[in-house]
Amino acid sequence: MTTAITDTSLQAKPSDRLFKWVEPTKFEHNVATRENKWIKIAVISIGLSFFALFLLLPLIAVFSEALRKGFGVYWLALTDADALSAVRLTLLAASIAVPLNLVFGVAAAWAIAKFEFKGKQLLITFIDLPFSVSPVIVGLVYVLVFGVHGWFGEWLVANDIKIIFAVPGIVLATIFVTFPFVARELIPLMQAQGKEEEEAAVVLGAGGWQTFWYVTLPNIKWGLLYGVILCNARAMGEFGAVSVVSGHIRGQTNTLPLHVEILYNEYNFAAAFAVASLLALLALVTLILKTWVEHRAGTNGSAH
Amino acid sequence: MSIEVKNLHKQFGSFTALDDISLNFPSGELVALLGPSGCGKTTLLRIIAGLEQADSGSVILEGDDASATHVRERQVGFVFQHYALFKHMTVFDNVAFGLRMKPRKSRPSEKVIAEKVHRLLELVQLDWLADRFPSQLSGGQRQRIALARALAVEPRVLLLDEPFGALDAKVRKELRRWLRKLHDELHITSIFVTHDQEEALEVADRVVMMDHGKVEQVGTPDEVYNQPETPFVYGFLGSVNLFHGRVDDGHLHIGDDVIHNQGENYDHGSEVYAFARPHELEIVTDNEQVNGLSAKVNRVLSFGLNSRVELDGINSAEGQHFEVELNPQRVDELSLTSGQIVKLVPSKLKLFHRDSINKDSHV
Amino acid sequence: MSSVKSFSVLPGFGLSMGFTLVYLSLIILIPLSAVFIITSALTWTEFWAVVTAPRVVASYKLSFGASLGAAAINSVFGLMLAWVLVRYSFPGKKIVDALIDLPFALPTAVAGISLTALYAPNGWLGQFIQGSLGIKVAFAPLGVLVALVFIGLPFVVRTVQPVLQDLETELEEAASSLGANRWQTFRYVLMPILLPALMTGFALAFARAVGEYGSVIFIAGNIPMVSEITPLMIITKLEQYDYTGATAIAAVMLVVSFVMLLIINALQSWAGKRTGRNK
Repeated sequence: MTTAITDTSLQAKPSDRLFKWVEPTKFEHNVATRENKWIKIAVISIGLSFFALFLLLPLIAVFSEALRKGFGVYWLALTDADALSAVRLTLLAASIAVPLNLVFGVAAAWAIAKFEFKGKQLLITFIDLPFSVSPVIVGLVYVLVFGVHGWFGEWLVANDIKIIFAVPGIVLATIFVTFPFVARELIPLMQAQGKEEEEAAVVLGAGGWQTFWYVTLPNIKWGLLYGVILCNARAMGEFGAVSVVSGHIRGQTNTLPLHVEILYNEYNFAAAFAVASLLALLALVTLILKTWVEHRAGTNGSAH
Repeated sequence: MSIEVKNLHKQFGSFTALDDISLNFPSGELVALLGPSGCGKTTLLRIIAGLEQADSGSVILEGDDASATHVRERQVGFVFQHYALFKHMTVFDNVAFGLRMKPRKSRPSEKVIAEKVHRLLELVQLDWLADRFPSQLSGGQRQRIALARALAVEPRVLLLDEPFGALDAKVRKELRRWLRKLHDELHITSIFVTHDQEEALEVADRVVMMDHGKVEQVGTPDEVYNQPETPFVYGFLGSVNLFHGRVDDGHLHIGDDVIHNQGENYDHGSEVYAFARPHELEIVTDNEQVNGLSAKVNRVLSFGLNSRVELDGINSAEGQHFEVELNPQRVDELSLTSGQIVKLVPSKLKLFHRDSINKDSHV
Repeated sequence: MSSVKSFSVLPGFGLSMGFTLVYLSLIILIPLSAVFIITSALTWTEFWAVVTAPRVVASYKLSFGASLGAAAINSVFGLMLAWVLVRYSFPGKKIVDALIDLPFALPTAVAGISLTALYAPNGWLGQFIQGSLGIKVAFAPLGVLVALVFIGLPFVVRTVQPVLQDLETELEEAASSLGANRWQTFRYVLMPILLPALMTGFALAFARAVGEYGSVIFIAGNIPMVSEITPLMIITKLEQYDYTGATAIAAVMLVVSFVMLLIINALQSWAGKRTGRNK
């Protein structure tokens, strides 16, 4: 004889499930970790409304504003000579900054994760430093060092080298703001992995580079890729730091974000949003790649 | 307080965790739910606690159907394998938690709570740790605090899920004895889940043997150990030797070997499994002996009170291993050598029909 | 190096450490030191006059006030979103989860002009908020707050989410079996565990907001004494070729950043202790 459970408050009835076609989380199964249906509806509604208002809407607005005057105007704005030169400069800055910071990230992570030395915590704090410096100050410090009135100003003028208000300044500022991305990703990863595998490789007769190439690299490739993706996104999108050192010379020292600013300040909104939509697309691609890497690496969002 | 479960059924997808379980836990007893992992014992315990719901069936506490009562109102004490102590609270605050969460009307004053917490901490002999945080305690101490915390709300029953599972062997043994002693003082109806047969047999008044979501046998430790009712129980408790054979004319035939006077109650030609504990087998070195199963001596382990002889099956029992327990004098008499062919003669043999054994059982 | 570093069979310490230190010094440390070296050339009175000029003080009030406000708003809604993403199931959850990081990936200038377009008097939201409610968002201090909320949200969600994910359900089961109701469990068991992570998220969002420039500059309107943020004051001084003035303000901001960094490090080690996760 089977006594059916009759009470309504306890059973996970199908009607309790808000969305029958999605798999419930383990918390929604458990009597001790689930909330009253109405509280749940309220929390989901408020949370997602906030998400829609502050994240989703600005994203949609970019594309909507970009196409407001029609596709013709949109296309024209993207194929404009100044826009194309901004694309080239943005790619150039990223293609210098990302590899340099990648090499730095691997070197720093190797030194920090595989060896014990004094002052390690201080070094990690210094590596994190660029994250807490305002982009405007980043621009400023390079002006102070390389500007006409800066430390090396006279010498640079005498030798006819231009760094500030020129491409080198933009590249330097980009390197500064993207400095920690790869290192930040690799240090905790390599610390967690320890050094047993590398030691085993050395015992088996592998050289330093062989050990790195065949043992370390395969273990960190997803973390590395993750760091590079984030580093690249910031490198291509940086505005504040680059703005200070660029001088805003059209066709010469304009990156894409700066081009957006110039167009916007000229009240050429459609063109500004058209170029902005290109950067928004880049952001979406970044998020897709990032999600894919997280999935492949089996991390759960804690890796960032 | 008695606990009764009736016709409990629980399914996880295509996996049947509990298959029509009906059990009675009399008041004041300490009962062990024993079985391999995945047998449903933890699910049963969690259903009794109200942390999980059965698909059908009921849980009856003191004669009242509690199936529909939320865990919060069920008044059960639950002790988790990994303690589940609140790390940000002191030992005192952990134990006081349940009392402080009571509705204002029934909540005791802080003074009463303090007295009660200290009494409980004395009971678990950890009064001196009241101001420590869980991270400062050893595993055994944490589990005793978890027990004190569960007892603070004066639960009707105490449920313990693998309470010693996360502890090392020495502490386990100590805590086992301590739990038994505590139960003898409090006499609160308690159920604990374990996969450790020694733990179940040593601590419990009664043992419920479970496998594949079914109850295999319920009995005192002595009953389940000495009179196993099913092949599963036989195989799970203690070491055992297993033979596959056929009953012919009241003799058990195993390949070309024959064991006399076995299976009188079985039909001619019945396929059977036969079980014998290591101490229920005798080794005969006489080559002329007809009665018994042939086996090859592999190793003799003679340390401790009893000596053990490991043997490999030959002929039809090829690939099987047997273990015989003898006293050291007997081993000396036999003077066995590695590779020697001997006969195994059971002093006691338990037969089961072959089709009575669940295909999935690993015996 | 042998006195600093303990023995190891692995090679490459000298090379990797050498490169790390040289690169770090050239790109970060030496340029940053310029701020303090140039500021130290000022007398205390000169320095004080620059960093406490009324317009600069007004910018501090806005920058720090809006940053605190944005971090507080993000703490509430960030916790809620982290909770929703970990605990509940709903269609499109994976997309929402991925898009939380949008402010990290979207260039700040793009966010800035987009938010401005939304909250401008003729924008989708602006025409409603300003038209019906009479509240001015874009080109006003409130706009700064909106931009900083956008920028800071992922910091809170991404620090709270993993802690929430790793919480053992046994804690809530234990609380429940001891008679605690859902609110009591949240208030006395979950919140104390989440608090360090939540405060870390708050501090990270605040630190980022104080220095933020790109997303704020378009929506703020940049009215002197009303809606100018501190980073803009640095730019303004630079454009007037007042390098020492810009540098003095930068020094103040850097000191604040370093203090925030210390606070964040302390919070993270506290969080590690309380949740048993050590990063």
